[in-house]
Amino acid sequence: MKYDVIVVGGGHAGCEACLATTRLGKKTLLITGNKKNIADMPCNPSIGGPAKGIIVREIDALGGEMAKNTDKSLLQLKMLNTKKGPAVRALRAQVDKIIYPKEMMKTLMSQENLTIQEAIVEDLMVDENVVKGVVLENGEKINSTIVILTTGTYLKAVILRGSTKEESGPHGEKPSRFLSNQLKKYGFRIQRLKTGTPPRIAKDSIDFSQASLEPGDNILRTFSFDRTPTYKLEEQLPCYLIYTREKTHQIIRDNLTKSSMYGGYVEGIGPRYCPSIEDKVVRFAEKERHQLFLEPESKYYDDIYVQGFSTSMPQEVQEEMVHSLPGLEHAQILKYAYAIEYDAIDPLQLKQSLETKVIENLFTAGQINGTSGYEEAAGQGLIAGINASLKLEKKEPLILKRDEAYIGVLIDDLVTKGTKEPYRMLTSRAEYRLLLRHDNADLRLREYGYQVGLIQEDIYQKFLTKKEQIKKGIQELQENKITPTTTTNEMLKAMNTSPLTDGLTLYDLLKRPEITLEQVQQFHPMSYSEEVLEQLEITAKYEGYIKKAEKEAEKMTHLENIPIFDEIDYDKVTNLAQEARQKLKEVRPTSIGQASRISGVNPSDISILMIYLKKEKRI
Amino acid sequence: MKDTIAAISTALGVGAISIVRVSGEDAINYVNSIFKGADLTKKESHTITYGHIVYQDEVIDEVLVSVMHSPKTFTMEDVVEINCHGGIATTNKILEVLLRIGCRLAEPGEFTKRAFLNGRIDLVEAESIMNVIEAENESAMRVAMKGLDGYLSQKIHVLRQRILELLASIEVNIDYPEYEDAQEMTNQNILPTVRQIIQELSDLVEKSENGQILTTGIKTAIIGRPNVGKSSILNKLLKEEKAIVTDIEGTTRDMVEGKVNIGGVTLHIIDTAGIRETEDVVEKIGVEKSLHLIEDATLILVVLNNNEPLTIEDEQILKEVANKTVIYVINKSDLPTKINLDAIPAKDRVFTNTVEWEGIRALEEKIIEKFHLNELKNNDYTYLSSARQISLAKEALEGLKEVEKSCSSEIPVDLLEIDIKRSWEKLGEMIGETYSEELIDQLFSQFCLGK
Repeated sequence: MKYDVIVVGGGHAGCEACLATTRLGKKTLLITGNKKNIADMPCNPSIGGPAKGIIVREIDALGGEMAKNTDKSLLQLKMLNTKKGPAVRALRAQVDKIIYPKEMMKTLMSQENLTIQEAIVEDLMVDENVVKGVVLENGEKINSTIVILTTGTYLKAVILRGSTKEESGPHGEKPSRFLSNQLKKYGFRIQRLKTGTPPRIAKDSIDFSQASLEPGDNILRTFSFDRTPTYKLEEQLPCYLIYTREKTHQIIRDNLTKSSMYGGYVEGIGPRYCPSIEDKVVRFAEKERHQLFLEPESKYYDDIYVQGFSTSMPQEVQEEMVHSLPGLEHAQILKYAYAIEYDAIDPLQLKQSLETKVIENLFTAGQINGTSGYEEAAGQGLIAGINASLKLEKKEPLILKRDEAYIGVLIDDLVTKGTKEPYRMLTSRAEYRLLLRHDNADLRLREYGYQVGLIQEDIYQKFLTKKEQIKKGIQELQENKITPTTTTNEMLKAMNTSPLTDGLTLYDLLKRPEITLEQVQQFHPMSYSEEVLEQLEITAKYEGYIKKAEKEAEKMTHLENIPIFDEIDYDKVTNLAQEARQKLKEVRPTSIGQASRISGVNPSDISILMIYLKKEKRI
Repeated sequence: MKDTIAAISTALGVGAISIVRVSGEDAINYVNSIFKGADLTKKESHTITYGHIVYQDEVIDEVLVSVMHSPKTFTMEDVVEINCHGGIATTNKILEVLLRIGCRLAEPGEFTKRAFLNGRIDLVEAESIMNVIEAENESAMRVAMKGLDGYLSQKIHVLRQRILELLASIEVNIDYPEYEDAQEMTNQNILPTVRQIIQELSDLVEKSENGQILTTGIKTAIIGRPNVGKSSILNKLLKEEKAIVTDIEGTTRDMVEGKVNIGGVTLHIIDTAGIRETEDVVEKIGVEKSLHLIEDATLILVVLNNNEPLTIEDEQILKEVANKTVIYVINKSDLPTKINLDAIPAKDRVFTNTVEWEGIRALEEKIIEKFHLNELKNNDYTYLSSARQISLAKEALEGLKEVEKSCSSEIPVDLLEIDIKRSWEKLGEMIGETYSEELIDQLFSQFCLGK
């Protein structure tokens, strides 16, 4: 029995990976430690948010599953940053932790070409640096042409609370104890990372009267481009906001050395971006209070997730800490917070396609690559799945550029800069974020999804129609003018904008910051879908800024298009700084653009490299 | 870049000594092979050895040779400097011998380029060195030296850091929209910081443009009707008889150039043919050139005759120079005043009598006053001293000014941030922290030969 692809791990990366390969017709085996934990959400009950939400849209545009599955399991939906520009708007969903995995499982079960097996993988079969399959805990061998590792936090996972350490994955699941040792033997550099999760509280033990309400939006929306809303606005569940008190901080300070982190029981490096409550109290000692959000986990059970209260204190201290919070004086802790340590590989050992440089036909995605977050994992899983299939078809990999997708930024950062802490996507990591918007993810990526084969013909035709409509709408705005008649100027006055002395195109009118497309339509009604109208408004209003961003992106593309030949020997490039030479050898960038982003490679090294390439007549 | 390069590093001409510099892997071997004295390959780094340069049994010169081992040298390569006796012939001969035995003649700016490429200096420092070489006077030298010690880089670093902090506080709002830990950044509350950075940056640019005066000097044109004493003013300023002075109108037919140091700044003075309607062909070309020079000059000295009423030609000149930096030199002050002084701005006029040297000092004072040269001398010399640096600073400034302008509109703060970020990158480019490939080519094509 031989599979085309084996995916190891059924988390968010694994689900996207196996759905991509099977949808592209590749016979795939998904191996998971426990089927019940497929598409599990072991940490926060939400998907999306700034940057992350845009990744989910990109996954949808490319033909992945996360957006659709989120739409099916909403508890609450919110558009963030609405007061800011279109580039940073992002959707965030509170998601039902029971329904999300259930819906994903349904999709997997009905997927052709897919087999799911419960097992723990402890080794790979490797022949002359080419992967041939996996070896299970019981010694059983399964053959495949490609292996995709999406092991999440399960490599040598250790759960920590205070000084207690327990070899376990989330939910007390069995970790893989030897796979990372084997990977090390094959030549991977293994690093130890850490993340953590807050306590869960019984809902009916909380007095919510002291908390402020954080409801969902009053507008129906969907994550996916291809779905209509199936939830009811009034059925959304609220979140709540409370604050820590001085008493809470005192308890933390008094018990600091008992925490796994401060007691020195943790080896792994945690993310700066979501610090534990201990970290917050220590590092921002002057702050009198910290925000905490109380978030529902499901309609079907009682747990409330205390966002912002992640800790690695022992259980008895957690009790004290929780009871010091307003409204939680009598709270019952259902699940104690913990820190979890796990092994990850050094992503500098990956190609842009997410195939490893160490072993051919081996791909990795998600936390094993040093990232954190469901969305980051899913994005990589999808790309790994696509590129595994393309490799089987002997085609060029799909590599998204930094000005095309957050997923492109994510993977380029990983394979170019590496990471020393769990990598979280932030809008500030994207240089051209005005181009990488929530609203235009389909315009950016749908074409790729179609060409790869993950977007069906009917969906694609709908997309082409939308594109055509946008073009027509812009034309319509540019070709129609208003003239300085009395009526027109009076209408303009009513809109708090300056009257006309000359004719003005609707397009230019729309450019005025104070004017909306709705107001423009008072002069000239237009019959387009909401989606198309949104594009018209953004295109006209932010044209100047978008053009600037495009110009900057072009400069980058130019450097990106200067290739560095595969077999370059950096020892032959004289005068490179020592650090630069070492980094270049490690990363082996494929273009001058990528080389210039490596930390430790300075502009002078880049010019030396260019001089060398010119001398060798390689550019 | 493995080859060893050589060049004459001092100005060619009559001087007590000249220095021939050799840099590269084989620098010490090459020089040792033509050196008669102690074995240079056995000398410790940074020592000076006495001996002779000998080639094919011919003693070329008696020299002192400095041997400096990599990496603590200007280029971070092995460097040998040969101090020889001045004089073009001898120095050239030594260079010639070096080239014959295997050295390559350094391209313009190549020593500095190597220093930069080997990581010894950053871009600002590289430019500063070029300025030191080209500095014409003490003030320019001081500006250049300040740049050299990284003082300027430090200043830019500080500005960048402040912009970076602003960027970060905008970013945090975007990535953590619900967290109150960070103040909500709005167009209104970024404005003070943006203005402050604009202020400091425009200060730097303004000073730098003055600073450019220190390095490049002031291009000065002397214009006026024929025979009002233009050439005499030039000669008195230069304190030498350079222009031919006669009583015959139209003696100065072409431009005469001279350099003089006033208040620590170099004045490049051009005496022009007198402006009048003329039939003489040679002189006619001169007059056209004079009018063209008005466009080009930073300072214009309009010479007028105290003893005559303003003529139509005078008035035409006054009109031509109206928008320029002008000093009106009213010559022949020893003769009775017949000129209409009301037509000439009082604060810009100086009376001179070139026969008696009267008023020349006052003219110099006026020039010093006009360009705030006294202040410049006392200033902290933190200037951007190359056109590239100034233009990058201006681009950065432009971006920030756009932000300032847009702050009052309803453009969202995260869009304004695009311009803030661009300014930050431009400042980075100045100190070589953002990569842009034209930069290095452009920079090094400007370098002069040698260091």
